[in-house]
Amino acid sequence: MVAIRAVLSRIYKGEVSADIVGRPRLWYSLSAILLAVSIAGLIVRGLSFGVEFTGGSVFTFKAPNASIEQVRSTVAEAGPHQVIVQSTSSGWRVTTESLPSAEVAEVQRAVGAEFGLPAEQVSAQIIGSTWGDEITEKAWLALAVFMLLIVGYLSVAFEWRMALAAMVALVHDLVITAGIYAWSGFEVTPATLLGFLTILGYSLYDAVVVFDMIKEVTRDLGTAGRLRTYSQAANEALNNTLVRSLNTSLVAILPVASILFVGTFLLGAGALKDLSLSLFVGILVGTYSSLCVATPLLVQLKEREPRYRELRERVRARQTSAKRQVRTAVPAGGAPAEETPGDGAAEAAEDEPRKVKVVQAGPRRQPRRGTRQQRRRTRR
Amino acid sequence: MAPPSTPSRPGRTILLLFAVLAALTGVMFLQGQTTPKLALDLAGGTTVTLTAVTENGQSPPEAQLQQAVNIIRDRVNGLGVSEAEVAPQGDDHIVVQVPGTGDQRRVVDLIGTTAQLQFRQVYASAGIAPQTARPSPSAGSTGSTGSPGPSATSSPSPSQGASSPTPTASASARQRPLSQALAAPSPSASASGSPSPSGSPSPSASAPLDLNALTQDYSGIDDKAVIAQFEKLDCSGAGRKAPGADDPRRKWVAACDREGEVKYILGPVRVEGRQIADATAVPPNVQNGQTGWSVSLEFESQGARQFAELTADAYGEYQANGMSPRRQIAIVLDGQVVSAPQITEGPIAGGQATINGPPDSFTQQYATDLANVLDYGALPLKFERSSIETVSSTLGSDQLEKGMLAGAIGLVLVVAYSLLYYRGLGLVSVASLAVAAGITYLSVVLLGHEDTLGFRLSLAHVIGLIVSIGIAADSFIVYFERLRDELREGRPLRPSVETAWRRARRTILVADAVMFIGAAVLYALAIGGVKGFAFAIGLTTLIDVVVVFCFTKPMVALLARREFFAKGHRWSGLDPARLRRTRPAPSLVKEA
Repeated sequence: MVAIRAVLSRIYKGEVSADIVGRPRLWYSLSAILLAVSIAGLIVRGLSFGVEFTGGSVFTFKAPNASIEQVRSTVAEAGPHQVIVQSTSSGWRVTTESLPSAEVAEVQRAVGAEFGLPAEQVSAQIIGSTWGDEITEKAWLALAVFMLLIVGYLSVAFEWRMALAAMVALVHDLVITAGIYAWSGFEVTPATLLGFLTILGYSLYDAVVVFDMIKEVTRDLGTAGRLRTYSQAANEALNNTLVRSLNTSLVAILPVASILFVGTFLLGAGALKDLSLSLFVGILVGTYSSLCVATPLLVQLKEREPRYRELRERVRARQTSAKRQVRTAVPAGGAPAEETPGDGAAEAAEDEPRKVKVVQAGPRRQPRRGTRQQRRRTRR
Repeated sequence: MAPPSTPSRPGRTILLLFAVLAALTGVMFLQGQTTPKLALDLAGGTTVTLTAVTENGQSPPEAQLQQAVNIIRDRVNGLGVSEAEVAPQGDDHIVVQVPGTGDQRRVVDLIGTTAQLQFRQVYASAGIAPQTARPSPSAGSTGSTGSPGPSATSSPSPSQGASSPTPTASASARQRPLSQALAAPSPSASASGSPSPSGSPSPSASAPLDLNALTQDYSGIDDKAVIAQFEKLDCSGAGRKAPGADDPRRKWVAACDREGEVKYILGPVRVEGRQIADATAVPPNVQNGQTGWSVSLEFESQGARQFAELTADAYGEYQANGMSPRRQIAIVLDGQVVSAPQITEGPIAGGQATINGPPDSFTQQYATDLANVLDYGALPLKFERSSIETVSSTLGSDQLEKGMLAGAIGLVLVVAYSLLYYRGLGLVSVASLAVAAGITYLSVVLLGHEDTLGFRLSLAHVIGLIVSIGIAADSFIVYFERLRDELREGRPLRPSVETAWRRARRTILVADAVMFIGAAVLYALAIGGVKGFAFAIGLTTLIDVVVVFCFTKPMVALLARREFFAKGHRWSGLDPARLRRTRPAPSLVKEA
């Protein structure tokens, strides 16, 4: 409890310094595992698409005294697992997924038995998809144009490397979310699809906020008094936005999580559950990827640039001079990337990427900060 | 988006925002609709079942049914962003579910019309005395002229010759002034046997009376059956269809006009609706005598050629004999003649035509719907409406209630968390969220009105809006974190409010631009449900920017003057002692 308090207080005071950029291998392998599991799920189990996409069977019958819940449970017990119930002015209209004829008869029998109708008064028809191919095609087209535009926009607003890293993170998020759908067996309905689109927006949004900070911190890197490698600067930027990232995802996820909870545990099947799952997963993965996938990738791209390579050499030269090592503290934001520090204490829980507790434990290695005048003196 | 650059006048910005909000609220009450319109999954609507009618009574081919579904879907989506569901059911039904109950006649008409458009030359025509004298001086039709040349404008300039030649005898009350430059068939009383397409509206007539039939000139028509049908044809009363009139394969057809005042014998189909590239509704233009709405058509290349040939033929007839019925071209929609302009100005080669009619029937809605159905083409099948029913929501009320409850719980948690974390500032963010929610509500209600967009809220929208609340909250969080960073550096509060804002502003704008680009692209390119959703996201992104610029930041600036915040009270969320780091802060770049 005390430890948690201490951690929270650190976060509150903005005293987080986790070496996120310095361990691309860890994040990449974590993401690779997640991606592999997701793709396996998509191949092995595939997505189960809702009635709106595939078409299905529709039953119409009269049962004036029944309630929606009664009708739904009666039909669901007879076999189908997607049941959409509507009351119409002339009775009930129940849409299910495509059923084999034996199951259709079973539903008719069950409904008839429950509401005291002869089975032939429960009419069954095949219904086509309400969500046309055209809508899907147009949506894909829009998505392609959207990607191109965003890459263009980010290349102008930031640079192409950031655009590329953001795109990688985006695809990463979508694949993992789809994979979770495949494994969980939740229906992919039009609402779910819209959830996917929301994730897309959220994932990009989050990456942009993080990159904006990185851009600011790394602006005049390598000038006098700002001698740090790109990795160190990026890491500091990450730590600066870490609080904001955690807060934002918490705020966005609280309502979604409560809807998912209610939808799954109190209501059973339904559109609420299907939609909120995509958002819940998407926000988690989106936050993780903007911090731990997009940024390390960006740093690796940037470190290849000659000017940052040179900077790296200069920083290294400085650090190896023994005199400096005695005098300076390790820059805030962790150690340079090639020597993995033992104090980062990044407790990355494998299954829950968001629970990256990124706080230094153990003794602090920085000297106490002096007064402003003292600091000025040392700087000269 | 010009940010309010008046750090000294934050109060004014907030007042302005609330004035705008009050104005919007006023508009909302004026519209008389104070709740958002809901989509099918939340509120149910109307189900229309269409049954395909085939000549042999067999089920239509599956491909044709599917094609009809696609066309109907396009038409319904053409009405706006109120997503309807269209699906084939069984072998020969199409089920259309549209949100909203009550008078759905417009939608029902729209999905039911086959919308088969044909252009045929008129070979004979006769006016009919209406059985009931209707007050509308109709049956006039202005000419369709195309602007020669490839200009894509749609400025119909009806230019006709004079009206029919022998306005004699019974001074009809329905005689129109010539200044209206209306084409024949104008209902002038012509008791002569001239082959003019004119009706004799004798108000006393109680039965259809055809004065012209005896001396009708049937030259060029080589189908006796059609002539017989024409002579027997009773078109009185609007909306009558002559049997077989909509069959494109028939060389000769007898047809009625929409108003039920003129009947025609028409020649072969010369141009088909399939050749239309684009149809748009054009508002009235009094300057050139366009008193009603009209629909401007643009043909594809082949259609333009065919139309030019057709008009050339009609013009040739006009030159040979100014009274020949063949100087007219009938525009036939689903077997009814919508208008029959005469070609007196020469052939029309621009690939453009205009359909228009009397203003009392060519309303804005009629023209818009007609343009819509023509745009998406004719249905491959004829349909009958077998039933119209109201349906309940697809989601089920239990789901909706519990979902709302869950969302509310989530929002309460958000409020609690932001108050816990940001203390006094949390109040600002909660107030900002409340303002954002208020603007969102107002916008959704205003845009839900039929005169605007007909936007309807669906479950996906609601959840999308909840997520975008999180994204809106992010703007505040970005700003507050920057502000706290400044304070940690040990700077005084009031200048920090401005410097932090300058830095946060850029982040907020860039990030929101990404969201907005995404929403705009999806809205422009996608259709159906995706379009409506993109609209909702784009809207909330804009609202987020407005709120953070016009409310959150001015609010913080105002509060910064209060002692509670300026002195950094421990509950203000700006307490330097609580924020103070125990290690050197990373020296961030200071903005110049």
